[in-house]
Amino acid sequence: MKTLKTYAILYLVFLYAPIFLLPLFAFNTSTIIAFPLTGFTTEWFTALLDITEMHSALFNSLKIAVTSAVLATIFGIFGAMASTRYHFPGQKGIMGFIMLPLVLPEIIVAVSLLVVILKLGLSTGSWSVIAGHTLICTPFAIAILNSAFAALDPSLEEAAYDLGETRASTFRRVTLPLVMPGIVSALLISFTISMDEFIIAFFLTGADPTLPVYLFSMLRFPKLLPAVMALGTILVVLSILLITIAEIFRRRGAKRAGLKDTGGFL
Amino acid sequence: MMTAGEKLRRFFRTDQGVGLLLVSPTALYALLLLAVPLIAIVVISFLTQTGVRDFAPGLSLVNYKEALSDPLYRELMLRSLMVSGSVTVVTVLLAFPIAYFVSFGVKPEQKSLWIFLITIPFWTSYLIRVFLWKVILGYNGVLNSGLKLVGIIDEPLTFILYNVNAVIITLAHAYAPFAILPIFVALEKIDRSYLEASRDLGESRTMTFLRVTLPLAAPGVVAAVLIVFIPTIGDYVTPKLVGGPGGTMIANMIQTQFLRLNNAPLGATLAVLAMLIVAVIAIVFLIVGYRAAGGGKKGGRG
Amino acid sequence: MTIKAKPERKPLISLQNIQKHYGEYHALRGINLEIGEGEFFSLLGPSGCGKTTLLRTIAGFEDIDSGSVMLAGKDMMGVPANKRPTNMVFQSYAIFPHLTVAENVAFGLRKSPLSKVEKAEAAEAALNMVGLSGYGNRAAHALSGGQRQRVALARALVLKPKVLLLDEPLSALDRKMREQMQVELIKLQREVGITFILVTHDQEEALVMSDRIAVMFEGEIAQCDDPEVLYRRPKTKRVADFIGVMNFLPATCRHEGGKKIVNIVGLGETEITEEQCPEGFPEGAATVGFRPETLTILYEGQTPTHREAPAMIEEVVYYGDMTYYDVKFDGVDTPVRLSMRNLFGRDVLEVGTRARISWSPGALVVFG
Ligand SMILES: Nc1ncnc2c1ncn2[C@@H]1O[C@H](COP(=O)(O)OP(=O)(O)O)[C@@H](O)[C@H]1O
Ligand SMILES: [Mg+2]
Repeated sequence: MKTLKTYAILYLVFLYAPIFLLPLFAFNTSTIIAFPLTGFTTEWFTALLDITEMHSALFNSLKIAVTSAVLATIFGIFGAMASTRYHFPGQKGIMGFIMLPLVLPEIIVAVSLLVVILKLGLSTGSWSVIAGHTLICTPFAIAILNSAFAALDPSLEEAAYDLGETRASTFRRVTLPLVMPGIVSALLISFTISMDEFIIAFFLTGADPTLPVYLFSMLRFPKLLPAVMALGTILVVLSILLITIAEIFRRRGAKRAGLKDTGGFL
Repeated sequence: MMTAGEKLRRFFRTDQGVGLLLVSPTALYALLLLAVPLIAIVVISFLTQTGVRDFAPGLSLVNYKEALSDPLYRELMLRSLMVSGSVTVVTVLLAFPIAYFVSFGVKPEQKSLWIFLITIPFWTSYLIRVFLWKVILGYNGVLNSGLKLVGIIDEPLTFILYNVNAVIITLAHAYAPFAILPIFVALEKIDRSYLEASRDLGESRTMTFLRVTLPLAAPGVVAAVLIVFIPTIGDYVTPKLVGGPGGTMIANMIQTQFLRLNNAPLGATLAVLAMLIVAVIAIVFLIVGYRAAGGGKKGGRG
Repeated sequence: MTIKAKPERKPLISLQNIQKHYGEYHALRGINLEIGEGEFFSLLGPSGCGKTTLLRTIAGFEDIDSGSVMLAGKDMMGVPANKRPTNMVFQSYAIFPHLTVAENVAFGLRKSPLSKVEKAEAAEAALNMVGLSGYGNRAAHALSGGQRQRVALARALVLKPKVLLLDEPLSALDRKMREQMQVELIKLQREVGITFILVTHDQEEALVMSDRIAVMFEGEIAQCDDPEVLYRRPKTKRVADFIGVMNFLPATCRHEGGKKIVNIVGLGETEITEEQCPEGFPEGAATVGFRPETLTILYEGQTPTHREAPAMIEEVVYYGDMTYYDVKFDGVDTPVRLSMRNLFGRDVLEVGTRARISWSPGALVVFG
């Protein structure tokens, strides 16, 4: 176990290497992204304030991510409730198909949606990115909500019904409060995925790029790279923050349901 | 006799009916935005493009002939397979000890912290992570300058950026959590008394690992392999940023066909072929894995 | 044929030919049963025999294929669970983890016309009744198993249902707690006077608690009687075997001048009465059953109160207050079990000892 622990720590270093490097270059005075570091500056962060195209890309991304997260979570609630509570014909096949985007390469999702949109004579735009992101976020939402619903003893709902509540008021008074941590967690995760997603946005975005698409175009200009590092630092910090909050909610949900906690997402 | 409508109404009040009704919004969404597009792309792969948005009437196998005979596409496809295969092997081999360590070597209350630490990098911007590998592996990159500083090398290493190696390293990093989690879950499911029973029956630690732990972890390893192998073959960003000309993969070509050369049918063909090949390999792997794990035996733990 | 409520009780629940399938599986095969007002009624049977299904049918949670459920003279067909005058104590107790104890108990009072204060008083009164007064502000997840069960009881009783349904309410408790709760439940039921229907697979629990017990096998009621009748006069071998311990020995039966004579292997001949043959007097081959406590070992100098037969002691199991002996009657291969109270100054006999066993013909039950 000693050697394994050393190995595990080295592995974590490998996992975190890129993320640790990010702030080093973001606060470095040199415009060249390389060692040795030349000095400390926050000028790249302030430079971000002047890139107006980036601001509209950020705004666009936020809009898309919020919408996709809400839609994916709603679809997720339906899917997770059906798959944990009920047995219906073709259940395995239907659920498997809904979860397929988890393993399907994103480029396949992107091009196949693109050909349909073009064939229908529609033009791409934020809406098509939202459609694609909802599709790929739904399986993640389902995975999270599945465990939330599975942790919920079905006799709690029956008890509420038995005590005189209707199906609708049972959902409101018992089910919803108990799976709320899972819902928040699903929203945050979906939001994070959509904010970061590149390929689908790259293929399906219209005139207004999303933040990752804009960032990708920045990578071609060496002069902009320090600003990219600064932006990346902000994004990484925000992602970690959101994911931590999501994890706290997920655990709170598990604790409420009286479960022993072992795993993380997925 | 019940009328058909009454029968239907009755069905939607049963468990099965309610379940079907509940899943239908999500299933319908997946049908419209996944099944229909996937079918569309298969159909388009049999068409030929004549104008910007026009296709020649009638289906043909022209694109498939071209995709399969042109050495450029064949090489891209083989390289993509090679890269995904290598990434899968590297990732899963590196991941197993970690999953094992977290499952067996970490106190129960610390397990979720470890898993959380392992998954965090996955949630941060993919683009940025890939780009930083470029920074790490570059000619004047972190690795080269570091190695030079320590005096291990005099000249920067050039075989680590803008080629297949860089693609493999970067992807192995990106997919690490995907490999660790399923193996961890499988290891967690193993009842610890099985291991004690094996030791009690006279097996050594190593033999217990080989005869009990490993077979029971097999489903997790199979899942890990599939979860890494299938999506990596379609990766676009990594080959684009760190692969250089010798490191491009099939996804880059699909993108080129669709967005640059405006040859959607050929792009669709390449996409369909890539999916088909991955599906066949995955199925063969599943069958072989199932057999090897003695999946047919009765009385296993499902 | 419907099993009627006892004449002294007004029927409250009437189940008529209840049929229920789960897919191909026939879970309830024609249940006909009346349960009286204020009765403590138990559904007893091995796991999977359909007890829970029948209880949930009464509660309104199961769609039955055919048959009718009448409750206080009203047909419950089409009346959903939330509109029935029944309440349930779930096997897992189903205490809402996001609510406090008081909120749990008052959960079903939301739509009642009572004022806020009256609701709180009703909840407190219910908690007091189950011995949890002052626990109202506790978080539900901080309760022990026994306390959860009490909260579940209070939550159901506060609604003053006509019937309280309890699905294996004691099975999650440890033995001491279970025995204590058995007594408390009996007291509580007498106090509130509501009909209780208890599902259990524990025959001892059913015998201790119930006014009447229905023994179920494979979706059918095999026998429905008072605990005492059920124990002393089981109608079938299977019921006899399920309730307590029953010894069986092969026998032959014949009529002789209007008398019913049974010849038991190893014990000899005796006359029996009509009511000792629940399945009717079997002419020819038969099986007789008798309880361990109807056999007694005769010590030196004791004379039998009934009949006696020689036997060899094969096995001795010491229980402190009791000793169980497995003995073989001369000429019989199967051992039978007998139980003796351990009186002070009397030695426990050893394996291999020969002994005289007293048995009473009146305690026999004869099956075909
Ligand atoms: N929802 C269900 N679907 C299919 N079979 C069921 C369902 N509920 C119960 N059963 C089956 O019906 C039989 C009776 O179940 P139940 O009433 O729970 O038994 P008991 O409470 O006596 O143990 C069992 O064999 C069980 O497997
Ligand atoms: Mg049951």
